[in-house]
Amino acid sequence: MILQALTDGVFTGAIVSLGAIGLSLTLQIMRFANFAHAEFMTIGAYLALAVVTFIGPGTPTMGLSFGWQLLLAALLASVLAGAMSWWLDLLVFRPLRRSGAASLVLVFAAFGAALVLRHILVLIWGHDSYFYTRELQLGVMILPGMRVLPDQVFILALTVLLVIVLHLYLTFHRTGIAMRAMAESPTLAQVCGIRVDSVVRTTWLISGFMAAMAGVFSGLTPQLHPELGSNLLLSVFAAAIFGGVGSLPGAVIGGLLVGIAENLFLLVANPGYKPAMPFLLLLGVLWLRPQGLLGEKSS
Amino acid sequence: MLGVASYLVFFLCVVLVLCILTMGLNLQWGFTGLFNAGVAGFYAIGGYTHAILTAAPNPQLMGNYGLPWLVGIIAAMLVTALAATLIGLITIRLRGDYLAIATFGIGIMIQLVSLNLESWTGASQGITRIPKPLATWFDAPLSYNLFYLVFMVAVVALVYWALERILSSPWGRVLRAIREDEAAASSLGKSPLSYRLQSFVLGSTLMGLAGALYVTFIGFVSPFDFLPILTFQVWAMLIVGGSGNNRGAMIGALVVWGIWAASGVAVSKWVPPSHAAQGAAIQVILIGLTLVLMLLYKPRGLIGERSVVSRHLVW
Repeated sequence: MILQALTDGVFTGAIVSLGAIGLSLTLQIMRFANFAHAEFMTIGAYLALAVVTFIGPGTPTMGLSFGWQLLLAALLASVLAGAMSWWLDLLVFRPLRRSGAASLVLVFAAFGAALVLRHILVLIWGHDSYFYTRELQLGVMILPGMRVLPDQVFILALTVLLVIVLHLYLTFHRTGIAMRAMAESPTLAQVCGIRVDSVVRTTWLISGFMAAMAGVFSGLTPQLHPELGSNLLLSVFAAAIFGGVGSLPGAVIGGLLVGIAENLFLLVANPGYKPAMPFLLLLGVLWLRPQGLLGEKSS
Repeated sequence: MLGVASYLVFFLCVVLVLCILTMGLNLQWGFTGLFNAGVAGFYAIGGYTHAILTAAPNPQLMGNYGLPWLVGIIAAMLVTALAATLIGLITIRLRGDYLAIATFGIGIMIQLVSLNLESWTGASQGITRIPKPLATWFDAPLSYNLFYLVFMVAVVALVYWALERILSSPWGRVLRAIREDEAAASSLGKSPLSYRLQSFVLGSTLMGLAGALYVTFIGFVSPFDFLPILTFQVWAMLIVGGSGNNRGAMIGALVVWGIWAASGVAVSKWVPPSHAAQGAAIQVILIGLTLVLMLLYKPRGLIGERSVVSRHLVW
């Protein structure tokens, strides 16, 4: 039982990690809590659904419940969601920053934007649940008392791949280095001639892209609904803060821990209280170690 | 004609309840700069406390003690204040957006409890038969609602008067000083944490009072009266009206609830029942757009905070 809960926790944790990475980046670089972040998970999931409606989820290959078509859909949806998250900045957050609004005003605006985005999806698709594919998957027993779905393994592998690519980008690419400089000190970064606009754009593109990837794979296990993202919002916040804001490995470890904690919690408590688990973790972290596991103490 | 009149009375009673909620938030956000994303939660604590204490006995539920109405109101405020103190002690030292995340989570927790603690809250069935004070004096629902409207006007006036008094007192000036410049305020020997906690608890207590007054009026309570969207509506009211101004908060409550109710009527008229979900979505989108556009184009709200300059300052 515990072994299975741990395994399931790692797999849900992978999705939470993907969501937490983008949130952690914007928390650190844009310096406000973006409550609209989770909606880009939902948007990504539904955009991929739109693509899948045209080209189909593909024929199942290698034990997975989908073919290359779904991957293509996920890629298209994520690029588009990244662009949309940047457009939201152009439309709402940038004008507010320019008018010198406090960062908490941006949080208000993000909440408003989140509601509008989520309900535009309801307007188009309604409250029904959708599936990418009707394929049924059987768990594979890999250890006694431990079953995994091939889809889950794929998602975990993809998460690891994306994190490695992003890590290399942040470490070696010029814009990636500029992003880290902005995160350290926006003023100093500007003095050094970093083009703030391009850093901001890249930050939103990456954050929306990662969120949408998380959304698509969350929709794969097993269904899409308009609250897909917002139900994960607290988990994603918990993961980002747990790992330490702005730390990429931190967000991944935070995501895995949140996923595991949620699944262990189900063993002992009323499932109705499941959404409370990430929040309790979050409170504990904020209380004991506000800078997070891998975060640095700000002076 | 009578239908319109009774709807108007009902509408105004709800608006007055929302006025108290918005003024509570105004104390926290408008005057102290505390971001409370769990308004609906504190509102629910007040509502449920009142319902559990005063509702007529029901063998299926714990609680339902059938206590007098006034006991319920006072207990609702006390319990909300206690909950806010506990929550505040944990969260109040967090910086701005972390406080937003934490209170957001608390709002969700409280809703989970109301949905899952079936033996006390009746889960989604809710608690029924919550008594209305002096109900026997009136023979028709409309005349009772008229009475309740007058009563609510008196309560709102009292809350407004009391808030204006304490906000123009030295205590209120300290709150604004902390909001503007925490370091400067603490250099004058004021403890920001202590004042922020006081403001948080007092504002939340008002939200609890609003909850108790609301369930009294409706006579019924269920988790669906305290959905997270309510928190957002109350913010929209404060931002639209003008944060930092209690009259603005009340005007905002009237305007935003007016938009909500009118769009609800329009949707039910023109959107076929088969698309009810889409109709409700339009309502939420309208409120969301109102808030974002207001922040972008009229950040001070309809009537913003008055700028007060000390009379001792020489120009």
